[in-house]
Amino acid sequence: MKIAIASGKGGTGKTTLSTNLASFWAEKTTIVLTDLDVEEPNSGLFIEGKKVHQENKFKMIPKWEKTDCILCGNCQKVCNFNAVMKLGEMIMVFPELCHGCYACSELCPTKSLPMIPKKMGELKYFKSDNLDFIESKLIIGEEQAVSLIKQTLDYVNNNFPKNTIKIFDAPPGTSCPVIEATKDADLILLVTEPTPFGLHDLKLAVDTMRKLKKNFGIIINRFGIGDNKVEKYCSENKIPFIAKIPNMRKIAELYSTGNLLYKEIPEVKVQLENIITFISKYQQENAL
Amino acid sequence: MKEIVIISGKGGTGKTSITASFAYLGDKDVIVADCDVDAADMHLLVQPDWGKSENFHSGLLAKIDQEKCIKCGKCAEVCRWNAIPVIDKKYIVQPLDCEGCGYCAIICPTDAISMNLQNVGNWFLSNIKTGTKMVHAKLGIGAENSGKLVAKVKNEAKAIAEKEGKEIIIVDGSPGIGCPVVSSLSGATYVVLVTEPSVSGIHDLKRVYELVKKFGIKAGCIINKADINMEKSNDIHEFLKAENIDFIADIPYNENFTKAMTMGKTIVEFDNGKIKQILENSWEKIKTK
Amino acid sequence: MKILLTAKGIEWDSKMDPRFGRTEFFFIYDEETEKIETYDNRAIANEAHGAGPKTAQKMSEYNINVLITGNGPGGNAAAVVNQTGIKVFIGAGEMTVKEAYNAYKNGDLKEF
Ligand code: SF4
Ligand code: SF4
Repeated sequence: MKIAIASGKGGTGKTTLSTNLASFWAEKTTIVLTDLDVEEPNSGLFIEGKKVHQENKFKMIPKWEKTDCILCGNCQKVCNFNAVMKLGEMIMVFPELCHGCYACSELCPTKSLPMIPKKMGELKYFKSDNLDFIESKLIIGEEQAVSLIKQTLDYVNNNFPKNTIKIFDAPPGTSCPVIEATKDADLILLVTEPTPFGLHDLKLAVDTMRKLKKNFGIIINRFGIGDNKVEKYCSENKIPFIAKIPNMRKIAELYSTGNLLYKEIPEVKVQLENIITFISKYQQENAL
Repeated sequence: MKEIVIISGKGGTGKTSITASFAYLGDKDVIVADCDVDAADMHLLVQPDWGKSENFHSGLLAKIDQEKCIKCGKCAEVCRWNAIPVIDKKYIVQPLDCEGCGYCAIICPTDAISMNLQNVGNWFLSNIKTGTKMVHAKLGIGAENSGKLVAKVKNEAKAIAEKEGKEIIIVDGSPGIGCPVVSSLSGATYVVLVTEPSVSGIHDLKRVYELVKKFGIKAGCIINKADINMEKSNDIHEFLKAENIDFIADIPYNENFTKAMTMGKTIVEFDNGKIKQILENSWEKIKTK
Repeated sequence: MKILLTAKGIEWDSKMDPRFGRTEFFFIYDEETEKIETYDNRAIANEAHGAGPKTAQKMSEYNINVLITGNGPGGNAAAVVNQTGIKVFIGAGEMTVKEAYNAYKNGDLKEF
């Protein structure tokens, strides 16, 4: 079963929830946690484990081979991203701009632009007892987060059995990377804060999930601060409300050190149990 | 003209609350640009009138004219994103998957495929409660935040500033290290990094600063919730020194940030004490950079 | 010498455009013939990515010797400019075209 943890904006506690939920649940069963926030992967800061595997992730870009090139300029014409350019007697490729569509390469009359791999990020796999943790990190300056997310998902789907519980820490927002990270999930947990910013961004996230026709539930973080408008919104829109993590300065302090919360704060443990119950019930009902 | 961009790498550091405070303190001397178009929240604190609104088109999307299609399947074959599945015996482009590369349109033997600009959102020009103007935007769901909308917001803000003779533009930058941030940073005269003393705060600060360095823009740093972890706070101070980043201020952990927000106010309107003073001093420092 | 200045208009009195990739106009002055050529580059605003290389490529078509601009071309554009062997002078972003040209003549601009 695949569970994605998402939020309309960053900083609502997505990573805190993912890492605590995964670690706590892993005390009882095998859990795979994957950090898909490839621009800013942070889950790894909270998970201790032994690195068991690491691999580079690539995107394919064209490389100019001068010998047979007749300088027809067709490559430049077909590229929609300004990533290949004819300059006088040469063809220049701009790797960061390339989306890897292969048009220039496959349409070149003299096959002078073969596609070669270029490193765009790294995938790492850590293990501790019942918890498998995978994270991918985009190289600074690279812009195709979606491609790396996709490759990371493929890795997880190919290496772990279908019925294992897989938790995905999704990137924030409502644009392409989030869609990629959530579109295959069986259930989405949306994390928000009980504040005007939280509510505003939650609504965007809910619209996104509805558009993707996803099942989702809501978890309020820093419950007690702000107002009760998020709860009202949930009940008015019949959105399942799964748990509330209390607002405590102690939590912010623990978080800042990179420590897990549930080990020291019983209230958090209770909420994690609620979440596990909710997910397990959902899993049974839908035979996942 | 000065362009001050406030970024944080990760969310939840109080970046928007702090930016809105600067907008408030800058009063009529500044133009505000909310470039966090993915989760634009600043409007909740500055009450814009949504005066002018325009659609924004960007990025291409393939469309197949079913009349002309002879079902040869070549388009589906060349598409690297598998964006053209056969549904009900028809080749149909899936908008969420299409990357806009245009390869299918080139390969189609009957010219049945056209590439069209997509409507990815709206941008607005508003009067805000401080008596100045703000340019902001809303990205459509699942739209690609290519940074173009960010660039649009910034350019419109610049045009207004030029027209009205304002010297400073305050920009609420985008999160992450990808394309939208790159767009937010390009052309900036000064960058304010908002961070918090936590393992992830430091991690993201370093990552986003790598990017700032690439642009060669001078930066300063505000540490929010500075007292939550003194050790980490010190680490940040060390980092700032080593990288020659201006230290602007330490802001203590304070729940007034949220209280002000629930009332739709910036923190400097709500808090009359220490926080207000810190932000006033910060703004004095920043605007003279 | 053929000199290209990135500008916001097409007159000697026009303001310089400090940006290279997204410059609104090229103002090209040929010292030998004393002729002025201009090019409207404003369509570049619609380009999300790759404005730099695209502008640099356009520039390369004019066979110029010197480029005068404000901030200097960024990574990709700089790579293109390097290829063409054009000398780049920066720091003229806040001047008019005339002032920038004079500053270059007096050796007041920094070479990139
Ligand atoms: S593969 Fe596609 S995106 Fe990359 S350079 Fe070639 S045409 Fe451009
Ligand atoms: S434009 Fe490119 S990505 Fe879109 S459907 Fe055609 S081939 Fe696929």
